[in-house]
Amino acid sequence: MNASHPGPCSGSCPGGEGTPGRREFLAAAVAGMAGALAGCGKLSMEEFLQRNFRELAKDEIQKILLRLEKEYRAKFGKPVRVGIEEPMQGVVFGYALDLSRCIGCRRCVHACVRENNQSRDPQIQWIRVMEMEKELGVDVQHANHYYDPAVVPREGHFYMPVQCHQCRRAPCVKVCPVGATWQEPDGITVVDYNWCIGCRYCMAACPYGARHFNWGEPQLPAAELNTETHYLGNRPRPQGVVEKCTFCIQRTRKGLYPACAEICPTGSRKFGNLMDPKSEIRYVLENKRVFLFKEDLNTKPKFYYFYGV
Amino acid sequence: MDSLRNLSRFALDTLRLLLVGNRYYYAWVGFLLALILCGVFAYTGQLSQGLIISNMRDQVSWGFYIGNFTFLVGVAAAAIMLVIPAYIYDWEPIKEITILGEMLAISALVMCLGFVLVDIGRPDRFWHIIPLVGKLNWPASLLAWDVIVLNLYLLLNWFVVTYLLFCAYTERHYVKAIVLPLVLLSIPMAVSIHTVTAYLYNGIAARPFWNSAILAPRFLASAFCSGPAILLILLQVLRKTTKLRITDEAIFKIAELMAYTMGFNLFLTAAEVFKEFYSGTEHLVFIQYLFFGLKGHTTLVPFAWASILTGLAAFLLFLIPRTRKNWITLNLGCLLIYASVYIEKGMGLIIPGLTPDVLGEIYEYRPSVTEAFVAAGIFATGFLVFTLMLKAAVPVMLGEFTARRRLGGGSHPEPSDHNHSAREVTP
Repeated sequence: MNASHPGPCSGSCPGGEGTPGRREFLAAAVAGMAGALAGCGKLSMEEFLQRNFRELAKDEIQKILLRLEKEYRAKFGKPVRVGIEEPMQGVVFGYALDLSRCIGCRRCVHACVRENNQSRDPQIQWIRVMEMEKELGVDVQHANHYYDPAVVPREGHFYMPVQCHQCRRAPCVKVCPVGATWQEPDGITVVDYNWCIGCRYCMAACPYGARHFNWGEPQLPAAELNTETHYLGNRPRPQGVVEKCTFCIQRTRKGLYPACAEICPTGSRKFGNLMDPKSEIRYVLENKRVFLFKEDLNTKPKFYYFYGV
Repeated sequence: MDSLRNLSRFALDTLRLLLVGNRYYYAWVGFLLALILCGVFAYTGQLSQGLIISNMRDQVSWGFYIGNFTFLVGVAAAAIMLVIPAYIYDWEPIKEITILGEMLAISALVMCLGFVLVDIGRPDRFWHIIPLVGKLNWPASLLAWDVIVLNLYLLLNWFVVTYLLFCAYTERHYVKAIVLPLVLLSIPMAVSIHTVTAYLYNGIAARPFWNSAILAPRFLASAFCSGPAILLILLQVLRKTTKLRITDEAIFKIAELMAYTMGFNLFLTAAEVFKEFYSGTEHLVFIQYLFFGLKGHTTLVPFAWASILTGLAAFLLFLIPRTRKNWITLNLGCLLIYASVYIEKGMGLIIPGLTPDVLGEIYEYRPSVTEAFVAAGIFATGFLVFTLMLKAAVPVMLGEFTARRRLGGGSHPEPSDHNHSAREVTP
C-alpha cells in the first residue's frame, strides 16, 4: 500500500486482491476459536473477518457500507447513509481558535455531540473547554473543567477549548499496534472503528486528551441520530473502541464548516484549507499572534490558538 | 518416528501424572480452579457490559490490569537472574534450578498475556495483532514490539523446558548444541522483554512521569529483586516436599545477588525522586500525587509509602549477612521485596503516570470489584500452570519418571522405590 496516500480512493489496492488467500485462511482458522472464546453471538462472520479499511478494495468497501447501513437501519429504525467521501486534492485542513473571543459557552461541545453521534450515555464529548485564570495564563494544572456559573465569561477568567489537534506527527498514529488509526491526505486523523482492538495505547499517547473510549455500549436515541455519516467519522460506534474528532469529516469533505465552527456565537473558531493562500485560516496564521498548545512535544498540530484582539 | 512415538507417550504419561496426587495437591488445584471460575464469571460480565464495569475512564485509561501485566513481565524476565550465573560462570548449584526459573517465566508470561487480553476492549479482534494474519504496526508501535518479544520469549522457554524434560524422560542426554545457544539467547531476550515493556511507557512524551530515561533500568532492577524472591521461597518449599537437591549455598548466593539489585533499585528510585523534586517543574505533580496526594486526592499515598518502606526494610535484611542467612529473616525479606515491587508496579506506575491527566484533571482511580476478581482469576491460572508444570517436572528431574519406568511400573503414577539420588537435568 502507498503509505502517503492511504485512502481507499487510490483505486484498486495492490495486495488487497492478490494476497488474501493465506490471510483469509488463517483468519478463518482463528475465527472459530475466537467466536467460541468470546461468545459473541451478535458478531457476524462477515464483520469478524473484515480487514483493515486501508487494505480493502473498492467493491469490498461498498459491501461493508451496505451492511452497516442495513445494521443501523435495523437498530435505529430509520435510513442512515454511510459515506466514504474522499479527501479533496490540494486540501489540508487547519483550525485556529481565538482565545481572546471565546466566552466558554460550550455550544461547540454540544453541537459536536449532536453532529457526530457521540454516545449520550455514557456521555462522550470530543471538545473539552477549560476555564483558566487570566493571571496564571495557560496552565492546565489550575484549569477548571467543570465550571458551571449562571453566566459566562466569568470575571478574571478566559476559556480554552481543546479538541483533536490533528497533529502532523501524531503520537496516537505512531503507537497504535494494529494501524487502526492514521492520517488522511487532507490531514485528518481517523479511526477504523471496525479494526480498533480497544487497547487504548493511543489514549495514553495523546497529549491533548482528544481520544475517547466507548467504555460501555454507546446509547444514542434514534430521534437524535444524525443520519448523514461517514465511515471514518460520525457513524454510530460499537462498544470497546476509541473515537475522536475528525474535523467533521462528513461535512468538511463536502465543503461545509465543522459543526463547532458553524455554531460558535463569537466567531472564535476559524477553519479552512492551509494550502490555499487566500483562506481565512492562512490570514490568521500570517497576521495574528499564534501559539501552539504543548509545542515542546513537537507534535506539529494543525490546530492553532491565537489572540485576535 | 521413534522419538515421535516417545513424544506422544511423554505427553500422555505427563497428563496421567497430573491427574493423580495427594490430598493437598487436589485441594490446591481445586482452590485455584475455584478462583479461575470466579475470574471467568467476572470477565463474562465485563464482556457483555464492557470495560465500564472497571473503574478505568478516559482520564485514567489504563489501570490495575496493565499494572499487573507490567509487574509480571518483570517476573518473567527475572528467570535470567538464575541463568546468568549458571551459564556464564558455570556455577553448579544454580544450574539444577535454572529449569524452575524458566517454568516461572512461562507461568508469568501466561498471566501477562491474560492481563493484556482482559484489558482490550475488543478481545474478539485479537487476531488483528497476530503478525502476518492481522496488521501489526511494526516497527513504529512499541506494543507491536512487545507482542513479538513476549511471544518469542514464551516459545523459547517452553521449548527449552519441554526439551530438557523430554530428554530426562527418555534418559538420553540433551544435545548441547541445541540447548546452550537457546539458553544463552534467553538472556538478552529476558532483558529485552522488560526493556520493551518499559519503552512502551517511556516513549510517551505526553506523560512526563513515564518519560524518564531511567525507566527501563528501574524496571530491570526491580524485576531482578521480585522475581528471585518468588524463586527463593519456592526452592525452600520444593526441597522440603520433594527430594530435589537444592543446597543452602545456592539459595544464599541468589540472596546475595538480590541484595545488590535491591540496592541499585533503591538508588535509581532516589535518582528519580531527586530530579523531580529538585528541579520542581510542573511535571512534579505526578510524583506529588503518588507520594503526598494532590488537591486532597490521596488514594495512592499509602501504597507509595508502603512500597518504599517495604523495599528499604527488605534491602537491609538482605544486606546484612546475618539476616540474609537466617531463614526467618530471609523469607520475611522475600515477602517484603515482593510486596514492594508489586505495589510499585501495580499501583505506583500506571496510575500516577495518568493522574492528573493531560489536561490537568484528577480522576481518582482504584480498581473495581470486577477488576480484582478478573485479576485473581488470571493469577490463579498462572499458579495452576506453574503447579502442573512442577508436578510433571519434579519427578522427571529426580529421574523417577522415565519412559522405562512407566512401561514397567504399571498404572501407579509414582514409583515406590525412592532410593536413588537426584540427577541433574539441566546442562
